[in-house]
Amino acid sequence: MSAPEQISSTMGAFIALIKRDLMLSYRHRNELLNPLLFFVIVVTLFPLGVSPEKQLLQTMAPGVIWVAALLAAMLSLDTLFKSDYEDGTLEQMMLSPHSNAVLVLAKIISHWLVTGVPIILMAPLLGLFMFLPWDGIAALMLTLLLGTPVLSLVGAIGMALTLGLNRGGMLLSLLVLPLYIPVLIFSASAVDASMAGLDINGQLYFLGALLVLSITLAPLAAATSLKISVE
Amino acid sequence: MSPSEFFHMGGYAVYVWSSYGLALVLLGWVLISPVFTKKSIIKELKMKYRQQERQRQEDSR
Amino acid sequence: MKLPAIVHKFSSPKNFYTMSGKMIPWFMWSFLITLFAGLYYGLFVAPPDYQQGESYRIMYIHVPAAWMSMFIYMVMAISASVGLIWRIKTADLMASVSAPIGAAFTFLALVTGSLWGKPMWGTYWVWDARLTSELILLFLYLGFIALQAAIEDPRNAARAGAVLLIVGVVNIPIIHYSVEWWSTLHQGATVGKFDKPSMHISMLIPLLVMATSFKLYYAASVLMRARGEILRREQNTRWVKEVVENESK
Repeated sequence: MSAPEQISSTMGAFIALIKRDLMLSYRHRNELLNPLLFFVIVVTLFPLGVSPEKQLLQTMAPGVIWVAALLAAMLSLDTLFKSDYEDGTLEQMMLSPHSNAVLVLAKIISHWLVTGVPIILMAPLLGLFMFLPWDGIAALMLTLLLGTPVLSLVGAIGMALTLGLNRGGMLLSLLVLPLYIPVLIFSASAVDASMAGLDINGQLYFLGALLVLSITLAPLAAATSLKISVE
Repeated sequence: MSPSEFFHMGGYAVYVWSSYGLALVLLGWVLISPVFTKKSIIKELKMKYRQQERQRQEDSR
Repeated sequence: MKLPAIVHKFSSPKNFYTMSGKMIPWFMWSFLITLFAGLYYGLFVAPPDYQQGESYRIMYIHVPAAWMSMFIYMVMAISASVGLIWRIKTADLMASVSAPIGAAFTFLALVTGSLWGKPMWGTYWVWDARLTSELILLFLYLGFIALQAAIEDPRNAARAGAVLLIVGVVNIPIIHYSVEWWSTLHQGATVGKFDKPSMHISMLIPLLVMATSFKLYYAASVLMRARGEILRREQNTRWVKEVVENESK
């Protein structure tokens, strides 16, 4: 195969893999509700645990909603490679002539479409629960739009590393949560700043930079770790 | 400077000496523990090799 | 890129075992000498600080420990990548046996930092940028140790650990700067208490001596750990058998 042919066939595999994964998640659509429900329930616990007072909840809202989104994104990683690993599809994928990093990126994208996007769409409701003003909700959705792909990309590395292990779930959180800290810091502070009527471009640029960096490097790292886990 | 003055550390004795004490205990343990680990590995391996030797003799008999 | 054959020969487990056995006493003695020199200068010779009094002497443990915590992480990342790329067993080994030492230094830096913070800030813990970064570094160490413990096969454990360390090295500066930015956003008052625009030479020398001493400690300690681990990992080779048989009871 010549080089351009190789590229176009990899592109074809990339799109086919996204389609296949979306189709599979559509068949198991009940499972997709779980992380979303988790997200809503965790946020609901805070007014009950702290106080229903508007002032207090408003101050806590950016941090609480973002921490809940972080945990929901982490829990949803479970479905990223697991079934393909168990039925051997993943091994076949690793043996294919296409770049493994590209295929992993396809899996991450389709995973984000079915887990990240619902979280973004659910956020306004939680914003209302926590008395966020409309500016805050807009900022929340923007930061989630830039931040959740980073969570999926970085989380894919951790998931790939812990794939074949017993009790990998606890280990996954230990590996992945420290790496989520920059996303949390910049996103929560952006929402905070927008409520104070401040400019949030700085934070958004930083989140964008994180997204670009992780979209270039994370698939490579995840593909390498997958190879280790599959062998 | 008298010894008591030295140990007093200008009123910060608790903080200063607990820092140095923790460093001593922690780093000391990290340094010494591989000695014990190595001894137990050697003991384990000796037993394993002896067992293999016995197995081999029985097999050849 | 290929490494010359001599590197592989030199870094073979057997060679490493003999060489390190000869090197440990040297590191040990130079560690002890610099340790006593550092403690003597730090505790007796260096004058008390004009603001902090005698409490600043915690610095001679705290600062070298914090430096070591970052230094060891870098060493681990570099040797793990060498192990990943050129498949050198001893490089893998160095990364995995360094982790507990690095975690110990990180823990030490955190606790001494908080013991220093109590007289200076009035509380044991402050969400200061450096303490927070150090805490996150401790999490990264513990994650690496947990991953190593979870994977049975040493070869796979080393490779997975290497990926995690490289990801960590890319992330550490990002985490560090974001925490720094976050902390200046939320508080300006406490920042700067540890900062000194310039340190007097009589205070700086003991610090550098202690830092050297800690480096030598790490060298001695990591080699001792590596020797035990080599025997375990290479237990089916003839040379380990000989070493074990010759070891006196």
